[in-house]
Amino acid sequence: MIHYVIQVAYLVSTALFIFSLHWMSDPKTARRGVFAGVAAMLMAVAATWVSPEVHHHTWIILAIIAGIVVGIPLSMVSLTAVPQRTALSHAFGGLAAGLVGTAKYYLWLGHEQEMLTTFRMTAIILEIVLGYLTFTGSLMAAGKLQEIKWIPQRPVIYRLQNISNVGLLTLALGLGILLALMPTAWWSPFVFPVIIALALAFGVLLIIPIGGADMPTVISILNSYAGLSAVAMGFVLDNKLLITAGALDGSSGLILSIIMCRAMNRSFVNVLFGAFGQVAATGAVAEQRSAKSATPKDAADILDVASSVVIVPGYGMAVAQAQHRVRDLHEQLSKRGIDVKFAIHPVAGRMPGHMNVLLAEAEIPYEQLIEMDEINPELGQVDVAIVIGANDVVNPAARHDKKSPIYGMPIIDVDKCRTVLAIKRSMNPGFAGIENELYFNDNTLMVFGDAKAVVGELVKALSDEGGGH
Amino acid sequence: MQMDYVSMLFVFMLATFIGLGVVRQVSRLLHTPLMSLTNAISAIAIVGSIIVTGGDFPPYIRAMGAVALFASTTNIVSGFLITDRMLKMFKKRDGKGGKA
Repeated sequence: MIHYVIQVAYLVSTALFIFSLHWMSDPKTARRGVFAGVAAMLMAVAATWVSPEVHHHTWIILAIIAGIVVGIPLSMVSLTAVPQRTALSHAFGGLAAGLVGTAKYYLWLGHEQEMLTTFRMTAIILEIVLGYLTFTGSLMAAGKLQEIKWIPQRPVIYRLQNISNVGLLTLALGLGILLALMPTAWWSPFVFPVIIALALAFGVLLIIPIGGADMPTVISILNSYAGLSAVAMGFVLDNKLLITAGALDGSSGLILSIIMCRAMNRSFVNVLFGAFGQVAATGAVAEQRSAKSATPKDAADILDVASSVVIVPGYGMAVAQAQHRVRDLHEQLSKRGIDVKFAIHPVAGRMPGHMNVLLAEAEIPYEQLIEMDEINPELGQVDVAIVIGANDVVNPAARHDKKSPIYGMPIIDVDKCRTVLAIKRSMNPGFAGIENELYFNDNTLMVFGDAKAVVGELVKALSDEGGGH
Repeated sequence: MQMDYVSMLFVFMLATFIGLGVVRQVSRLLHTPLMSLTNAISAIAIVGSIIVTGGDFPPYIRAMGAVALFASTTNIVSGFLITDRMLKMFKKRDGKGGKA
C-alpha cells in the first residue's frame, strides 16, 4: 500500500516539476514555477522518507540541517557572483550522484551481488564518471570565476593536451566497460576507484584550458552533465522520478549550451577542445592605429542631443558593479524623452542570462532588455550606442575578417549606430587578446576609465545640464 | 526485470523531449534563474541520498549517503531561494515596485 502512495507522490511531483519549468516561459508566471518546484521537492522528500527502506533518521536530519545552514548563505551571494554559485551547485550535484553510485556499488558487491546486472553496472559507471567529472570540473570553473589565486585564470595549454585528455576518458570508459561485463570479479573493487580517480582528474583537465569568455558554454554543459548523472542514478535505483527530473535538467543544460555555442559560432567540440587562448598571439600584431577619445563631459553633450540610445553591457559592467549607475544613466536619458534600450548578447557575462539579472537587479524594466537578433535590424536608426564593458561581442571583425579568431560569431552591430561611445579601462585587448576594430572607427569615441566611475560622471554631467529642453 | 529497463529508457526519452520542449519556451531574460531552478530540481538526487543514508547499511555506506544528502539539500535550499530572489527583481515598467 505505502509503495503505491509513494509512487503516486512521485508522479505528482514529476508533473509539478514540468509545470515549474513551463511557468518560467514568462517573467509574470515565473515565481509560480519556483513554488511548484518547492512543492514537488517537499513531496518527493516526504514520500521517500516514510518509505519502509528508511530505518535510521538521525543522520538524515543532521545532513539536512547542515545543508540548510550552508544553503541559505549561498543563496544570498551578490548577483555578480551568481555564475560561481551556479558552478558550485553543479559540483555539489555531481558529488551527490558520484557518492550515491559509489555507495550502491560497494553495498551490492558486499551483500547482493545478483543486483549488479550489466545494465545496472553500466548505469553506475555512467553515474560515477559523470558525477565525479562534473564535481571537479565545476569546482575548477567556480574557482576560475571566483578568481581564486592558485587556479590559473588564463587558459592553460600544453602539448598533446587533447590527446591525453581524450585518452584519459577513453581509459576510464574502457575500464568501465570491463567492469560492466564483470562487475563481481575479484579485481572489480580495485578497478572501481581507478575509474573514480580518472573521472576526477578528467574534470580538472577539461576545465584548465578554458578561459572566461567560454564560461557561459561550459557552465551550461556542466549543468547538462549534472542532470544526466541524476538520470543515471535513477537507472541505478529504479527510480523514475530521478530519471524525469534529471532529464529535465539535462535537456535544459543542453538547450542553453546550444544557444551559447551558436552565439559564439562554435561547436561543443571546439569549446571543449579548441582552447581559445591559442589564437591570442596572432591577433595582437596589428599596426598602430589611433582611436579617438572623449571625456565624460563630451560624451554627455553627445547624449544630450540624441533621441535614441542603445546601451550594450558586458562582463566589464558586472566586474565594475556599474549596473546601478547604469540605471541612473537610464533615468537621466529617459527623463529627456530619449528612447533607451539595452542590447543583450547571449554570451555577454559569465553565464546565460547574466546581464538580464544584473540589470533587473538595478530595477531596469525587463521590456527594455532586447535580444541581439531583435535589436540588430534597428541599430541603423540609433543615434548613440554606449558600450559598457563589452568587447568581443561588438567587434565588427567578426563579420568580415576571416583571419580573426572570432570570425563568424554573431555580434551586436553597434558600428552601424551614428555614434558609438565605448567605455573601457584602457586600450588593452579583451580576454582573447583580439584587437577590436570598433575602437578605431571614425564614429567611435573611447571614454577611458572604470565603468562605474565613468557612468557616474556621465550621469552627473547630464544632470548638471538639467535636462535643458 | 529486463522489461523494466526498457520502460525506464522510455521514461528517459519522453522526459528529455518534454524537457527540450518546455525549456525552449523559457524566456531568454530568465536563463540565469532557469539554470538555478533546474539546479534545484536536479537535486532530486536527494531521494537516492535519503535511501542510502537511512537504510540498514554499514556505516561507511551511510556516511557517503549523508555527504550526498548534505550536498543535495544545499542545492535545493540555495537553488530555490536564489531563483526566487532573482525572479522578484524582474519588473515591468509600470509594475508595482517601479520607482520613478
